Parts: sequence; C-alpha cells; structure tokens
Amino acid sequence: MKKVMQMFTVIIILALGLMYLTFVLNSQQGYSSRNTLSVYNWGDYIDPDLITKFEKETGIKIIYQTFDSNEAMLTKIAHGGTTFDIAIPSDYAINKMKEQGLLIPLDHSKIPNLKYIDPRFLDLPFDENNEYSAPYFWGTLGIIYNPEVLEDMEFKSWNDLWDERLRNEILLYDSAREVIGMGLNSLSYSLNETDTDRLLEAKRKLDTLTPNIKAIVGDEVKMLLANEEAAIGVVWSGDASEIIGENDKLDYVIPDEGTNVWFDNIVIPASAKNVEGAHLFINFMLDPENAAQNTEYVGYSTPNMKALAYLPEEITGDVRFYPGRDITDKFELYENLGKKMTAYYNELFLEFKMHRK
Amino acid sequence: MQDRTRNIYLIPYMLWIILFVIAPIALIMYYSMFNIDGAFSLENYTRFFTPVYLSMTFRSFWYAAIITGVSLLVAYPTAYLLTKTEHKQLWLLLIILPSWINLLLKAYAFIGILGFYGPVNSFLNIIGIGTRQILFTDFSFIFVAVYIFIPYMILPIFNALEELNPSLVAAARDLGASSWTTFRRVIFPLTFSGVKAGCRAVFIPALSLFMITRLIAGNRVITLGTAIEQHFLVTQDWGMGSTIAVFLIIAMGLTMILTENGKRVN
Repeated sequence: MKKVMQMFTVIIILALGLMYLTFVLNSQQGYSSRNTLSVYNWGDYIDPDLITKFEKETGIKIIYQTFDSNEAMLTKIAHGGTTFDIAIPSDYAINKMKEQGLLIPLDHSKIPNLKYIDPRFLDLPFDENNEYSAPYFWGTLGIIYNPEVLEDMEFKSWNDLWDERLRNEILLYDSAREVIGMGLNSLSYSLNETDTDRLLEAKRKLDTLTPNIKAIVGDEVKMLLANEEAAIGVVWSGDASEIIGENDKLDYVIPDEGTNVWFDNIVIPASAKNVEGAHLFINFMLDPENAAQNTEYVGYSTPNMKALAYLPEEITGDVRFYPGRDITDKFELYENLGKKMTAYYNELFLEFKMHRK
Repeated sequence: MQDRTRNIYLIPYMLWIILFVIAPIALIMYYSMFNIDGAFSLENYTRFFTPVYLSMTFRSFWYAAIITGVSLLVAYPTAYLLTKTEHKQLWLLLIILPSWINLLLKAYAFIGILGFYGPVNSFLNIIGIGTRQILFTDFSFIFVAVYIFIPYMILPIFNALEELNPSLVAAARDLGASSWTTFRRVIFPLTFSGVKAGCRAVFIPALSLFMITRLIAGNRVITLGTAIEQHFLVTQDWGMGSTIAVFLIIAMGLTMILTENGKRVN
C-alpha cells in the first residue's frame, strides 16, 4: 500500500512538472491567446498540410480539436469553459447556435474570398445573408449500391428501394429525419412536411419497406457496406465517397425526386479570443487553391466555384458529387421544425422501427 | 460514544446513496411530470399507456425473459460441472475474464464474427449449410446478450452449489433416490437462492438493454432502453424519456420484491 501511495505521489509530481514545462515553453515561444487559434472541427476533416501552411503564412499557431457529432459540439460550446475561435457545425446546428446567441457575426470585409462561393450555397434559410457562417463543404443524402450484386437493377427513384428483389438488403441510418424524409421524398412531399395526414401516409409507405430492410444502424454503416455485408444503403454523400474510397465496386446515386442537401459551415463561437485570427483563417480556407487542396484530401464537395478550376476533371465532372443546377434545384434543406414536430417525427420513426416483417 | 463513531462511518455511504441513488431517482420523477412544452402535466403517463409503448414494454419483458431463460439453461449445468472440476478457481477465472473487456468492443467483434464473411459463415459454408444471415436477427441478439450476461448467472449458482453439503446428496442417494429425483428434490431446491440471484442479475439489466439492439440486432429489436436513448438524445423530450425510466424502475423494483419474497418462504 505504501509503495502504491509513493508511486501516485511521484506520478502527480511528474504531471505537474510537465504542465509547468509546457507553460514555460509556450510562453518562451510567445504563444498566447493573441497568436494562437483554437479550431474545433469534425475528425479527419481538414488537410493537415493546410494547417502548417496557415501557421507559416500568418505566424498564428493552430490548436486543433475534433468532435464527432453536432450535438456533442453544441453541448460543449453551450456549457462554456471553452475558447474555440473556429467551429465547423452543420446547417441546423448553426441555426440553433444562432438562436442561443452562441455565435459572433462575420465581418464580410475581412473575408473577400467569400466571392468565390457558388451563389447557390449562399444566403440559405439557416443563416440568411451568411451573417454568421461561411460554407466549408456540402453534400446530399442518396443511395449507395453494389452493381455487381444487383446486376440488372437501376436506381433512379426512391421508389426503386421498394423492389421485391431487395429482400433483406437495405441499410438505413438510425435517424428519424433521414428515414421519414425518404418516405416523404418517395411520395414527392416536402422534407419539412408538417401535415400529419401526409406524414402518416409516408409512415405507412415506409412500413411496406420493412421486408427489404436489413438493419437500421449508425456509423457502422460505412464498415458494413465497404465489407459488402449489404448490397445497398441510404447514406450521406460524404460517407458514400469514403465507402467508395475503400471499396470502388460501389456506386452512389441521387434519386430523381430530390433529396436533402446539407452544409458544414465555418463559424466563430461567441467565446472566441482571437476574432481577428478567426477571420484570417476563414479567408484562408476559402482561398480557391487552398479549398481545392482541402477538397482533394477530404473528398467531400466544395462550394467554392473557383476551386473547381484547380481540381482534376474526374472529381469536378462527377455528377454524383457535383450535380448540375437542374438537380440541385430539387434539393431541400432541413428546416428547424420545432420541438413538437421533431418529437412527432421521432414517434413515427419509433413506430416504423417496431413494425415487424 | 460508540454510536457516534458508528454514525461517522455511515456518512460516506449515506452521502453516496443520497447523491447517486436518491437524487437521480427524484430528478427522473420530477422531469417525468413535464410535457414537451415544459408545462407541468401527467400527459407523459397517459402517453405511456398507448399501444406503441405498451407493446414496447411487452417486447422488452419478452426478450429479457428469453435471455434470462437461456442463460439459466446454459449456466446451471456449467456451474454444476465447475464444482466437480479440479482447478475450480482457474475455470471460474476463465468464465469471468471476458467480462473485463469493454462491452462495445465485444459487440464490434461480434459484428465481424457473425457477418457474411465472418468465421461462422465460413464454417457453415465448409460443412455445406451455406451462408446464412446471422447478424441482425433475433438469434444473434439473444446469443450475444446471453454471452454478455452469463458470468452473472454462473457465479451465484456456483456459490450456492459450493455451499451445498455433499452429505445431503449422499444421503438422498443412500435412501434410494434416483439421480434425477436427487436433483429435483434436493440439489435444485437447496441452490434455488443462487438461481434467483442469478436471474435477478440478468433480467434487470436485460430489461434496459439498448446499445446491442442497434449494433447486433440492427434495430430489429426495440426495447424501452432504445426509446429512452432516443428521447434524451434526439427528441430532447426528457419528460417522456424520464417517464419510461420511471416505469423501468418500478418494473425492476417489482422483480426484486418478487425474487426476495420467495426466499423468506423457504
């Protein structure tokens, strides 16, 4: 017992010593909140070379932290105690943060590169006039399938998922908005439908899909599809490009009826210490060359029009990830439907999950 | 004087109970009284008695009962054999060992093992049965749940069997009872307290399983645990989530009382 206590004391003293050492080293190199920038981003969602490049160009040191869901990010920022200068949440989360007063408005005069962003992706309902956010990446929800297994089948419409040959083959996300939205899309209703009759109709239609569903899962969907555990799934385009990167037999399509479109935008949280540096960082990331480099690394779709010129044709010409205007016009953003409607969507989703084959 | 020192020793325990048992239960009760708009009402309780939640409750009980039953069927003979082996402690250790590994890790391992290209299906292929859908079925769910819970069933039964006085068994045999009668009339009744303790240790956590319902059963099995998770994390309807939790606590309390009473009769 005495030995254990001694060990503990030694470890604690060592830890304190190391903490002091880092503090001394940091202040010697002149790092303080003025010339550091703390960035809060999704995991593996930026080219590390760009961080080095930014540090060299501006002399600002980046402290990088990651999150794995909008909810986790929201809770952490809302509870305070953090001093993130930059965060990259998705559309609906930006809307929530705006409502809760967790964001600082952007100074557009300090972000001239905003002019390179495709006007299709500016001034969207979740942040009108881009008062608080600048687009980072965007994507869609679509169908990923294995043409080798499903040889003679084509997927043009959401309704193709109801084909009897797909018995026990489809993987879905465990997420109410996506699954109910798929039902609404297949009936050509709005993804933000609040009419209960139409919602019930969509739910009844989804019930008839039950025999075709293999499982309703979370992030495991990427592993399961890449390992060919299932031949078809409904996934985000970002996940799709990751899955295709691992297993190039698979193909991704955006159904004709339209689908959900999502955005990850850069924002400055209200707790930011280095607002000046944050603007520099946003402008740096929106620079066409940097955006192109980042796109090649991350593999998602960039909203930067000028960046497309720096990207190879095989990326920009891919209509699966860069669809034309005729298709994007049919896309719909998720609107914040309020607590009551969100609860109703979830209730329907729960009933759908309980429906037995 | 002695009383006072004894009371001082009680303080950490009482603090623990108040902070981590009584306060959370009180909070759950409190939250369950608020509907989604944040207004005080008993709406959540009436909502619980709608077909959706009632059938979910029924299913939770049904699966928990099956998991407990299967665990018992496997655990009793295992525990019995264990008492007859030479290196009891070693065997016991081997049974407990898997429970030291993180549950999530085990669940992910099972996704690989039971998958289309996993070892189980390769084996089925070799012996000529062919590839089967094993993952995301009731079978895989119950199998994995039993695998996770079985140490908690074996241990109390093993202890009860160890405490059993062997001369009682010898006496029964001497007096002409067959081995089946000995088991039915002597061994089983005398180890029944162990069986009950094991059932309690398995049934109660099985009632609120939620993670492996998604990972292993692909949400084909929906239990009250799943609903609580969804209400707290997605819907943010803490009231309804708490209401379901209240009913789960009541169910668990009832299970405890039922298994406890039987002991007193004995």
